[in-house]
This record gives sequence, C-alpha cells and structure tokens, in this order.
Amino acid sequence: MGMRSELAAQFTQMLLVLALAPALTGATRKVKARLQRRIGPPVLQPYRDLRRLCGKDVVLAENSSWLFRAAPYLIFAATWAAAALVPTFQTGLPFSWAGDLIAIVALLGAARFIQAVAALDTGTSFGGIGASRELMIASLAEPAMIMVVFTVALVAGSTQLSTIATFMLDKGGLRVSLAMALVALIIVALAENARIPFDNPSTHLEVTMVHEAMLLEYSGRHLAMLELAASLKLLLYISIIACIFFPFGLITGGTGLQAHAISLAAYLLKVIAASVLLATLETVIAKMRVFRVPNLLGIALMLGLLGTLLLFVSGGM
Amino acid sequence: MSPLALDIAHMFAGGLVLVSFMMLYQNRLLPLINVLSLHSLLLALSVAWQAHVQDNPDLYLTAMIALGFKSLVIPMALRRMVVRMGLHRQIEVAVGAGLTMLLGIGLVALSMDLMLRVTAGANALVREDVALALSVVLLGLLMMVTRRNAISQVIGFMSIENGLILAGTGARGMPLVVEISVAFSVLIAFIVIGVFLFRIRERFDTVDVQALDRFRGERR
Repeated sequence: MGMRSELAAQFTQMLLVLALAPALTGATRKVKARLQRRIGPPVLQPYRDLRRLCGKDVVLAENSSWLFRAAPYLIFAATWAAAALVPTFQTGLPFSWAGDLIAIVALLGAARFIQAVAALDTGTSFGGIGASRELMIASLAEPAMIMVVFTVALVAGSTQLSTIATFMLDKGGLRVSLAMALVALIIVALAENARIPFDNPSTHLEVTMVHEAMLLEYSGRHLAMLELAASLKLLLYISIIACIFFPFGLITGGTGLQAHAISLAAYLLKVIAASVLLATLETVIAKMRVFRVPNLLGIALMLGLLGTLLLFVSGGM
Repeated sequence: MSPLALDIAHMFAGGLVLVSFMMLYQNRLLPLINVLSLHSLLLALSVAWQAHVQDNPDLYLTAMIALGFKSLVIPMALRRMVVRMGLHRQIEVAVGAGLTMLLGIGLVALSMDLMLRVTAGANALVREDVALALSVVLLGLLMMVTRRNAISQVIGFMSIENGLILAGTGARGMPLVVEISVAFSVLIAFIVIGVFLFRIRERFDTVDVQALDRFRGERR
C-alpha cells in the first residue's frame, strides 16, 4: 500500500509539472506584457499553441536524417525524466532514489547535446550558430551548476534533492554560502533557460538569438515537443530553486488531504512568485552581448567556488 | 553564543569578502567608489553585530568610525577628487577580470587553509573572523597590484584597512586607543595620498602610475 501511494504521488507529480509548464510560460509572458503596458496573450495561449502545432503537418528538410526526427522526443523524454526527480510538493518520491542532482544535470546536458546535434543536422547556418552559442554558454554554466551542487551537498550532506529539502526544512539557517549558491543558481537557471540577459526568448530571425535559432527548422508536433520541453525545463529549474532554498510547505512524511492541499497551494504560490519575478527581471534588464556572457557566468562560477570555500570556516565544520 | 548569532556574523564577514571581489571586478571609477562605500558599510554592520554579540560597547565606536569616515566621508572626498580630475568617464584597463578573480579565489583558499591551521584552538567567531579578514587583506593587496590607476590603488588600500579592522574586532581586547589611532592614521594617509595624487597629476598629466615607471627610467 505504501509503495502504491508513493508511486501515485510520483505520477501525480509528473503529470502536474507537465500540465503546469505551459501555464508558467503563459503567465510569464502575460506579466511581462502587462509590465510593458501591453495587454499580451492570455495565460492559456501556450496550450492552444501546442494543440494547434500537434494538429499540423511536419515539414522536414530534404537532407535531414533520422536524428532530426528523433531529437524532439529524446529531448522531451530527458527533460521530463529530470523533472520527475525534483520534489515539487512532496519529498520522498520513489524515483528520486534513482537519481540525484548530478543525474538531473546530466540528463539536461544530454538533452542539450541532442538538441545541438539536431540543429547541426540540417546544415543551415542558423542552426549552426545557435548550436555553437548554446554550447559555449552551456560549457560555462555547467561548472557553475556543479559548484552550486557541491555547496548545497556539503551543507546538507547529500546530493539527493529529497534529503536536501528535508534538511533545509529542519535545520537550514542563515548561511552566507547558501545565499551565494542561490545567486549562482539563479544566474545558471537564466542561462540554461535562454532567458533575457543571455538570450531573448521572444525573438525570431535575429542575429542575436541562441535557443530559438536551433528550433528554426522544426515544425508541427516536433516543434510542440520542443516548446513543451523548454517550458518544462523552466519549471524544473524553478522547482529546484524552490525545493532547495524555499522548502516551505513541502510534505516530508505525513499524509492527509489538508496537508496535500496546503503543500500544493504553497507550490503554486512559489511558481507564481517566480514567474512574476522572472518577468520583472526581464523587463528591467537588457540582453547582453554574446561575448560578455562568459563574464556573468564567470561570476556564477566564482560565487559557487566562494560558497564552497566559505563553508569551511563556518562554525559547524 | 547561539548558532544564529554566529551565522549572522558569518554572513556579514562573508559578504565583506564578496564585496572585495566586486571591487576587483569593477573597472569604472565612480562605481568602484560606491563599492568601497558598501564595503565599509558592511564592515560597520559586522562590527556593530559583534559588539552586540560580545557585549562590548567599545566596538560600537569602531562601527561608528567605519560608518562615518570610511563609508561616507572618504568616498565622498574620493568622488569629488575623481570628478575634479575629470576621470569619471575613464574605464581602467585592469589585468583582465577573469584572471584576477581566479587569483582572488586562490588567495581566499590560501588564507583559509592557513588560518584554520593556525587558529585551531580559538573559538569559532575568532577563527572565521581572522580567516575572512586575511582574505580581505590579501584581496586588497591584489587590487593594488593589478590596478594602474592611483585612485584604484587608494581604494585597494582602504579595503586592506577594513580587513584589518575586521581581524581586530574578533580578537577580544584590542584597545580603543589602537583603533582610534589606526582610524586617524588612515585618514591622514588619505590626505597625504590625495595631495600626492594632485602633484602626480600636475607633473605628469595623468594618474596612471606607469608614467612614474617611465620617469624613473624603469621602462626603456
């Protein structure tokens, strides 16, 4: 019985993130539009886009290989598997014992690799430039992410997200290392999700784009898969930040309808707050030149390193 | 001492190291002066918190000096100096932010490794204060080494002094006389440096210290 209810929680959680991801993208766009005094598309617009894309025919480039067709599903599967490992409203998920934070980083890295290879597959120049830029950003963001993981793992004594969340809930205090890790993780999350200082998510056909340039050749259900995967990745990062640094309301052991309602409401509140903050950030700052991106990611890496170093002088260790 | 009090002290001291890194990164003069002001403000907060924790009213005076002189008066004077010399639009060619940051991280690691061995017997607050203070001092020295503009070097010097004060607050029983005399010697040093800056500029039309090297015949 215990196993069955745990599995039920796991699958509810996976379906929840899948259902919530397009709404997050829609809400972020809506808030951003309102901040810029536009009306903006409705929050549910991404769902309509996805439905429409699924109904359309796929147009394939003549010289594309099987990889080009398989890539969207592989990327989506890797991202969803990574999302399944992050506790959203309940810890102790059965899948989370199969993979920790490092596995999540690896799954996302695999998805990015497939995406870059698929972008190169058609041989267009846009795909090539998008892939090269994406990989430049990724090669700088990943070490920073790993440093953040180390910092958090040193504090909590584990790389399991469930264990970390439980630890933070019980005895997470005010620690300067964690503050640095939080800032570093936010920078990394912005870079990985191609948000504004690094890339503009709403441009098309511009020389500055990174992520969108890789999706240019895709259409129909393939594009739907990729867009859903991108929304899912954004929600995944928000969930990681929420469960490591703001684990309020997470259910750690107990059950009951009321506890579930509270934790679900807390999770939704966190996601809404994150989307408002993200939209505000994207409104107040401008996109960076591509060649200045290494500086910002260097700061993230430095913060991660410094956080790890400072841990050794904090009283507990 | 309660863990929360220690955590807050650690937060301020760690923040001081972080602001030192911001200083290394910033290569425009007026923002750099703002960062110095922030550095001193954090020092004042840190010292005041430790005064509260250690129940040592002398330290409140130290915090007031840090706040008044180093966070308000000296940055204001520096700002006026920069504007009067017409340097406020100048971007300094630092050694390269990435390399400097890496060197800085190395120095922090070095000072922590050293201090954690040396102060093995002391209590936690003193240990972390001394370790982080040494990092701040070394980062200030790094700043003085990597910058060519005399004003940035003065700012590096001020941040070294902040590091020394942080070290002093952790060590219980630094006499107030020492503290006050240090504060005044820094003020006097600042005035002397200011006079020198204007002299250097009158003589060489620049505050880039490479001009001095050329004058002494050290470069070709």
